[in-house]
Amino acid sequence: MNTLIFRTIAPYVSALMVLFSIFVLLRGHNEPGGGFIGGLIAASALAIYGIACGVASVRRAIVFHPMSLAAFGLLIAALAGVPSVLFRQSYMTSQWLSLKLFDVTVDLSTPMVFDIGVYFVVVGAIASIALALEERESD
Amino acid sequence: MEAGFSVLIGVFFSVAIYLMLSRQIVRMLLGIAILGNAVNLLIFTAGRLTREVPPVIPPEVYTPVEATANPLPQALVLTAIVISFSFFAYLLVLAFRAYQELGTDNIDEMRVAEPEDEQAPSQGY
Amino acid sequence: MAGSSTSVDIANAMHVAPVAIADWLVIMPSFVTIAGGAICLMLRKNTKVQPFVGIGFLTLLVAVNILLMAHVIQHGVITMVMGNWLPPFGIAFTVDALGATLSLIASIVAFCAGVYGSVTVDNTNRRYGFYPFLLFLLTGVSGAFLTGDVFNLYVWFEVLLISSYGLLVLGNERPQLDGSVKYGILNLIGTNLFLISTGLIYGMFGTLNMADLTQKIAALDPADYGPLSTIAALYLLAFAMKAAAFPVNFWLPASYHTPNIVVSAVFAGLLTKVGVYALLRIFVLLLPVARSNMSEIIVFLAIATQIMGALGALAQNRLNNMLGYLVIAGIGSMLGGIAVGTQHAISSTIFYAVHSILVMTGLYLVAGMMQMLNGSYELRKLGGLYVINPALAAVFLILSLSASGLPPFSGFWAKMMLVDSAFEASHPILAASYLISGFLTMVAIGRVWSFAFWRGGPEGTPDGKVAPAVAETSGKLPFALWLPVLILTGIVVYTGLQPELLMELVLRGANGVVEPMGYLRSVFGDPS
Repeated sequence: MNTLIFRTIAPYVSALMVLFSIFVLLRGHNEPGGGFIGGLIAASALAIYGIACGVASVRRAIVFHPMSLAAFGLLIAALAGVPSVLFRQSYMTSQWLSLKLFDVTVDLSTPMVFDIGVYFVVVGAIASIALALEERESD
Repeated sequence: MEAGFSVLIGVFFSVAIYLMLSRQIVRMLLGIAILGNAVNLLIFTAGRLTREVPPVIPPEVYTPVEATANPLPQALVLTAIVISFSFFAYLLVLAFRAYQELGTDNIDEMRVAEPEDEQAPSQGY
Repeated sequence: MAGSSTSVDIANAMHVAPVAIADWLVIMPSFVTIAGGAICLMLRKNTKVQPFVGIGFLTLLVAVNILLMAHVIQHGVITMVMGNWLPPFGIAFTVDALGATLSLIASIVAFCAGVYGSVTVDNTNRRYGFYPFLLFLLTGVSGAFLTGDVFNLYVWFEVLLISSYGLLVLGNERPQLDGSVKYGILNLIGTNLFLISTGLIYGMFGTLNMADLTQKIAALDPADYGPLSTIAALYLLAFAMKAAAFPVNFWLPASYHTPNIVVSAVFAGLLTKVGVYALLRIFVLLLPVARSNMSEIIVFLAIATQIMGALGALAQNRLNNMLGYLVIAGIGSMLGGIAVGTQHAISSTIFYAVHSILVMTGLYLVAGMMQMLNGSYELRKLGGLYVINPALAAVFLILSLSASGLPPFSGFWAKMMLVDSAFEASHPILAASYLISGFLTMVAIGRVWSFAFWRGGPEGTPDGKVAPAVAETSGKLPFALWLPVLILTGIVVYTGLQPELLMELVLRGANGVVEPMGYLRSVFGDPS
């Protein structure tokens, strides 16, 4: 798959896909989307980048080992349930924080943090499988 | 419609059990994959089937206006699908590794952990 | 959102009263282990720091479980619903004395395994994630003990199953791959059976909350018991498979001897007992009618499992294979208590479960130390250990006497209560089978004692002589191996001499499942 066109296009496509995955992740609370789907899109972006430019450059680009990303996601997903302790409510009760920024209301919430956690878990898990498979192929 | 689904689930189960009775690991794993799907269909049917009424509530009201499809089995099935898919993937890799290492995919010939010629313990002191 | 113009009273679906901080203890065991597992996974490459972090979180887990236990003893059953959704809508975590006791014992065993593993698990296997897997295994185990929802119980089963797969293949050797294939496939079929019966029970009652199900099943018209028996039979098969009861036990001796000994120890202590716990919950709490209908079958299974396990142990030449069969024999004893089903029998089952978790883990850990000193698990090659390390011999003797149910150790009280309850319910054959399996266990383990410890060296050493290889061995073992073994032995001796504390706990636990009023009140509030 080392055609010139693919190698030139792949970084842009991957960057766009990662951006799109974040968009899908953030709209997920009330509309179709969410952490799982977003994570899958981001993981496929990494896979495409890996096919085009080699697994080593993907590993360099994401800095952390994919498994560490997954673990980080798990941690923040678990922590997302904790803030409700301050309001004397049960674990995982959703908390909302509405911020006014330049006439726009931005709703921040613990479900969003949970979704970001899911996103990282999916990115990490799928990317580590995909990268391992691509590495095997190049031997 | 539940009756039709029950028959379909029964067919799924019998196919799965037939495949799982095989000695080849790959067939057993296919059987397990089909078993997982049979179970998912079963949960889905157990929540009663309602056609074409999604459980989505308009923003102005707090309860559904009409009887909708039961959303809980969908959530259960989604969980079960993810779990059974990941287990299936894991077992496929494991079976492949076992095939590489042990040189067979026949369960009867996999005797590394329990060798056939295992000695009995000595009878005397 | 236009929430102000609602015609629905939110209080019907949401928990509106403030939640006491202490109620958070209910989810803490699972939360601590998830967080700890995630942090250990991030530190995967740092093999020096990882054991400290792992053991630190396991210590925290024990502490949290002690607090939870104290809270449950003081306030009775406590419930917390996720996201403030009232049961039966939200997933409820409901902890009674039974769940808290088993969760505490499980965390102690895991702590011991964590300390022991800091010596026996090498750097490669640490990098492949021994500590994360151990912590995630405990997430599943504590979740299963603490949850109050049948589907959630299934999810925790899967969590512990996938972590156990990871632990089982750690090291990647040929016997491990072989054992894992059998363990993996049969356990997956078992959890699928569990899911089938859960789907059916949802189809029948439209709820999965245990307390809600208990009420609905109790109110069921006896004419409709037909489908319930099908569900009960499927549950019995599923959990018997998990608990390794005869005739679906063959995955256990095929796989438990293959991984690192500390992994075997954790498995032997925890995994099968989660199956027994699920049987207790589902059969005694949810389906008491089905349990009494199937009592005869369970009695047969219990007797067959005990005798088969004890005879299997007699036929093994390798120490760790033999211990696997002893685990099965213990499961048979616990099934016997469930079959009888009186409050006395259930409390003896719980007592036996606690005893068996501690003793089986301890025996596996001691077996690992014996292998380290003598280089083999084979009875024919073991010998002279008493000369090398008398303290190890003493610990082994205590644990093995306890395993076969002799006084003055914990196993004696467990066996005695079981025999007593079997006679009370006029099941003399069951009572006899407890004693016979105890006797056979004594024979099997006494042979290990006389071969491995009492004689001077491996097979062929003249009587009364010490083999030269044995005389050269230094009996030094690191403190990190001794500490867990001593903790477990200490608890075994303590419960043997002072059984009142544990007896009180298991009586409360049994009361909670046989007379579930407290359980229901905790979930649904007072019916005032």
